[in-house]
Parts: sequence; structure tokens; C-alpha cells
Amino acid sequence: MIDTDVLIVGAGPTGLFCAHQLGIIGLKCEIVDNLDKLGGQCIELYPDKPIYDIPAIPECTGEELTNNLIEQIKPFNFKSHLSDRVQEIKNDNNKWIVKTLKGKEFLTPNIVIAGGVGSFEPRKFPSKSCEKFEGKSVLYSIKDKNIFKDKKVVIFGGGDSALDWAIELSKNSKVTLVHRRDEFRGAPSSVEKIKELENDKKIEVLTKHSIKDVSGNENLETVEIKNEEGESKTIDTDYVLGFFGLIMQLGPILDWGLNIDKKTVPVNTENFETNKKGIFAIGDICTYPGKLKLILSGFHEGALAARGCFKYARPNEKYRFEFTTTSKTVKSRIGVKE
Amino acid sequence: MTKIKYVEYSGKQHEIDVSNGLSVMEGAVQNDIPGIDADCGGGMACATCHVYVKEDWFNKLPKKSEGEDDMLDQAYEPNSNSRLSCQIIVSDELNGLVVHLPEKQI
Repeated sequence: MIDTDVLIVGAGPTGLFCAHQLGIIGLKCEIVDNLDKLGGQCIELYPDKPIYDIPAIPECTGEELTNNLIEQIKPFNFKSHLSDRVQEIKNDNNKWIVKTLKGKEFLTPNIVIAGGVGSFEPRKFPSKSCEKFEGKSVLYSIKDKNIFKDKKVVIFGGGDSALDWAIELSKNSKVTLVHRRDEFRGAPSSVEKIKELENDKKIEVLTKHSIKDVSGNENLETVEIKNEEGESKTIDTDYVLGFFGLIMQLGPILDWGLNIDKKTVPVNTENFETNKKGIFAIGDICTYPGKLKLILSGFHEGALAARGCFKYARPNEKYRFEFTTTSKTVKSRIGVKE
Repeated sequence: MTKIKYVEYSGKQHEIDVSNGLSVMEGAVQNDIPGIDADCGGGMACATCHVYVKEDWFNKLPKKSEGEDDMLDQAYEPNSNSRLSCQIIVSDELNGLVVHLPEKQI
């Protein structure tokens, strides 16, 4: 069991800056995020998009913002637990025991939920029968490409993942690429390559079609696709792959007994604590009168929540406000030599 | 104020006065119309404010912005009548616009 002062759920900009504020006031924290990297929406949804409303930074991309925040919390050596998700919590003598999907356990007086609009999960096919084959022959990510050798594969999607895998798998498999419109949003060089492969009959491309259903007994046998006019056709296949990007789902947090209002968690604006003692919510996931879904609001919320955590983590100490410009203690925490 | 009609997948209709300058998505969210999630808050970073607009109105709307179709690829059951309602800004010209909500957003 990992013992810590604060567990932060979500490694977006809000969670990362809250970690910084915890470090400044001398608390330890651990960070859990479902993605395989730090940065949350900034890194997953818009790494290259410029952001113009971070105070004192006229323009930066989601990736630059993330990298700077990571740099800013480096001195504290906080541990992050990526590609994992918090699952259940249990109250134990004024502390929380938090279990993750991968089986990690944390013991902490404070949980800060900085989960944005939820954890990222692959968008799945709408057809019910896909569930029967999910993880075996209907897949949303690829762990071992060798399983497709000499097999028939139908790939759905028009972005980079779909195109890259269509190109890669066409070397050793019979690939059909299906997309709902004529244009592909993947990198131009990949789109070019797909056209080449299509001309060389190395791959079949069916645009203006989407999935209708899959069928098979023990194993997947066919996939049925349809166009907008409702006409459908059936393709024999061993595997169906879907690359439709990621969706965000609140997931198990919904079962923690927190008040929930339209996918957000109401908090007080003094320290952003929820209706549960020692559970705080900051960033896009929290709501209060006047709430703005801005990164800068998340920073403010994180700073105040950090102070809220202090009283549960150090019940016998009095919190003293200190400036980073003048406090020797704070400077030593961030490794600045006088 | 401009009248926008939101038709839920079940057929239930909501006719709402929406202030010019707001997006069709904001009109729905501010009036608690079920069926528009708008997870990203209007940043065109998700596809959970997806609506269908029939041809008569579709062609009168301002053209899709760059990247809108890319996001729509990730919507639930998109078709050629699909739009992201966060990208449709309400104005006098849109008085009487009807948008149909999909069965679900994700």
C-alpha cells in the first residue's frame, strides 16, 4: 500500500499544477492517469493547437504547456502512475483507501479529483454484436501485430491510427479500409501511401461506408457495412479494427457517493472540497456558481485545494502562507540555492 | 432572439429562443435540452454536440469549419447531414432552424 498525503486523479494541467502547489507547501502526492503520458486533454486532444489565455504566456501549445508544467514539478520527484485508473475508494479511519484497475492501493487523507470530463477510452462500434468478439477479433488497439499475419482484416476510421495500421498490416494481411467519407484526416503522406497501395491492389478502400454489424459463430466470419442510402454489403474477415479516437467517460468516480450535477461535481469555493470529507474536485470536473472551464481557473482551484489538503495531512500543524520569492523553506523544497 | 427547434431522438421537440451570437450547442446546454453533452465545452475537441440538420437548412448554414469533419468522424453514427452544434452560431438568418439529435452522443 502506497502511503501519501494526497492522491491526484488526473494528470492534466490542473492536476499537475495542484501537484506543484502541494510540493510548495511541503506535502507529498502521487498522480494517477488513464493515459500513457502526462498532460490530459492538452496532450491527447490538442498538443499542437495554440492556447492564448494562459496568464503571462501570450501563446503556447498544449504540448508546450504540459512540458513546462512537468518541468515545474520536477524538483518534488512526485510519482505518477500512468495507464491506470482509480476504481474504488473506501473510508478507513479518516483516510481513504484507493484501489486502481491495475491493483495498486493508496492510503491517503486526501483525494484531489482533477479528472477533466473523465478518462479517455477508445470509441467503440455501435453494434451490440461487436461486444461478443471484443478483445478477440474486434479490436480498438493493437498489441501484437503478428496475429494478423496472412489474415483478412477490415479497418474502420480515417485518422492516423487507421491509416498507419492499414499501411503496416497490408504487408502481410489482406486489408480493407472503410471510412465514412471520401476525405481522410490522417497525415497527407499516409493518405498518399494508401492511394498507392490501392492502385497496386495491395489494399481495398471503401469510402462512404460505415459498420452495420458483425457476425460469426465461434469466430468472427463477416462484417456488414452500409452506405448512407442504406445499401449494405458483407465482407468476409478474420478481424475488425476500429480507430475512432477516444471518448471521455467519468467511469467509477460516479459510484463514489459524490454529488454529481450534469457530469460535474459541486464543490465549495473556499477549498474545492466535495460533499465527502477529504475529497476535492478541481478543473473541468468541478462546478460552482460562476465556474469557467479555463485552465487558469483550474490552476487557482488547485492552489486552494492544496491548502485544503494540508489540514487533513498535517492535522497538528498550522499552515503558514509563504511566498516563493522570499521563503527559504519553499526555496529549499524546489531546490533553489540561496 | 432566434427560434431554434431541437428534436430529440424520441421525437420530443423543444422550441427555444436562443440569443444571437450563442452557438446552437450553448442554446441546448443553457436550456437543459437532453441529448447534447458538449464534453469539451465548445472547443471542437470532442464530438458530443453532434446534430443532424436536414438538407433544407443544412445548405443555409455557414460552411463547416476546418477540422469539424475530422471531429465528426468520431461522432456516433455521423452522416452527410451531421454538424457539430458548437460550430453553428445563432443569428437572425437561422430563425426557425431545426436540428435533430442523434440516438446518443458516445
